Amino acid sequence: MLRYDFMVHAFQAGTVVAIVAGVIGYFVVIRGSAFAAHALSHIGFAGATGAVVLGVSPVLGLLAFTVGSGAAIGALGGRVRGRDVTIGIVLAWTLGLGVLFISLYTGYATEAYALLFGEILGISARDVQVVVLAGIPTVVALAALYRPLLFSSVDENLAAARGVPVTALSIAFMAVLALAVTEAVQVVGVLLIFALVVTPAAVAVRWTHRPAAAIAVSAALALAFTWLGLTIAFFSPHPVSFFITSLAFGTYLLARLAGALRHRLARAPA
Amino acid sequence: MTGPRPSATARPPGPGAAHARQTAAAPAAIVATDLAAGYGGRTIWSGATFSIPAGAFAAVLGPNGAGKSTLVKLLLGLLPPGAGHLEVLGGRPRRAGAEIGYVAQGVAFDPDLSVRGVDFVGLGLDGHRWGLPLLSWMRPERRRAIAGAIEAVGAAPYADRPMGRLSGGEQQRLLLAQALVGRPRVLLLDEPLSNLDVRSQAAIVALIRDVARVQGLTVVMVAHDVNPLLPLLDLVVYVAHGGVAAGPPHEIITSESLSRIYSAPVEVVRDRRGRVFVVGLEEEVSHPHAG
Repeated sequence: MLRYDFMVHAFQAGTVVAIVAGVIGYFVVIRGSAFAAHALSHIGFAGATGAVVLGVSPVLGLLAFTVGSGAAIGALGGRVRGRDVTIGIVLAWTLGLGVLFISLYTGYATEAYALLFGEILGISARDVQVVVLAGIPTVVALAALYRPLLFSSVDENLAAARGVPVTALSIAFMAVLALAVTEAVQVVGVLLIFALVVTPAAVAVRWTHRPAAAIAVSAALALAFTWLGLTIAFFSPHPVSFFITSLAFGTYLLARLAGALRHRLARAPA
Repeated sequence: MTGPRPSATARPPGPGAAHARQTAAAPAAIVATDLAAGYGGRTIWSGATFSIPAGAFAAVLGPNGAGKSTLVKLLLGLLPPGAGHLEVLGGRPRRAGAEIGYVAQGVAFDPDLSVRGVDFVGLGLDGHRWGLPLLSWMRPERRRAIAGAIEAVGAAPYADRPMGRLSGGEQQRLLLAQALVGRPRVLLLDEPLSNLDVRSQAAIVALIRDVARVQGLTVVMVAHDVNPLLPLLDLVVYVAHGGVAAGPPHEIITSESLSRIYSAPVEVVRDRRGRVFVVGLEEEVSHPHAG
């Protein structure tokens, strides 16, 4: 299957995206900002569709909207949790904008479909370059922010008392998240972003409680879902996104079941 | 329901005096001179002049909203003084870190928080630093410092479990270990007993006393209820009615003294078990254990 260029590109882009999504997913999960990640991708949809209307590359529109709104969400109030209502309100409006942009651009249905559900098999060599170029700074930034980010995720007041600039950090994290979301949209699309950004990390934190190990497990799982999903899709008539999301969901289900079982065993009288 | 152990409450206030005598000649760890605090243009309290000797055990008391946590913010340099002067360890107030161990108020860990106790205590050592120091993580000194702090608070049996699944008392011990891991000289604790049941309160207070003695720490503890602390206190810093008064507990916590300081009829009542209740500054100033 690697004799086909489109599969090679898909594997290349998928690998980078999976690692980026898996790593940042850990912070998304422990900061409780899964909803923000979800919102960013939806807001990005308006940016992407808007870009197409203007005749610009949808990736640029996606990037501009996610990074802009990510920074705004990060700056909003400085606290990590309890912003669901505001985020939801902005999200609904931007999806509405996206619908408007689609209607303005005739013959646009396939492009919109690709954005919503992902179109990794249509990735060009140039797209792969863009994905790699965006992916490297994301991982480097996360490595640089690692300790203060973990500290402020565990307790913001404590981190602030130690001199961690928590608000600036929150903005920086959301901007990096926006970059990662933009990447992941290329693979699984706006609507299915959770499968790569949240599910692997959610499984990982059930598996291990060591932060560094959890990040590694999360990235490994995201990678496994992507590779397996691509391979299965190659031999079947069904879309890649379906297989990636199903693998993610199935693994999460297994992790929860295993957790419940372990809990019951631990409780059972010896 | 069992009350506080008699040994912790039946003694009259002031046996910490012996401890104070040792430290009477010691230099002051914290000196406030005509200090005032406020946000924007609004002054919360002013005219605070007091000094906390090195090695002393001091409690910051007062009604809710009187500005106790504001004093903590000043001590950490998170808020500049509105007026006057504040000196911490002979210099300007500074952030928590190597010299000042800090336990924040009302830390509520997410029940799903999957970070282990050891990782959390490690954040107390270098959680404010940027970058990925892969080499320093392997250093035995780092591991020893973390293990030592965990040992000192007796949290070793559960330090490998995720923070979110620990009890309030266990979390409080790890918070304390996180504050102690950098070997500070001052321990600043903002209401460390507020979410604990009576038994855990007594255990944490005894632990703080023991650690402070062994490590020669100056302890400044914001507290809602003075009773669990009374036998240990060298100094009380009372924040109420826009002012701050400080002195030995048996001098400050009396009807005459508090009435005079705050020019209001204040009544200090003692029950048969020696517990102290302050009435008149605000009803919730002091009660032995809420709920």
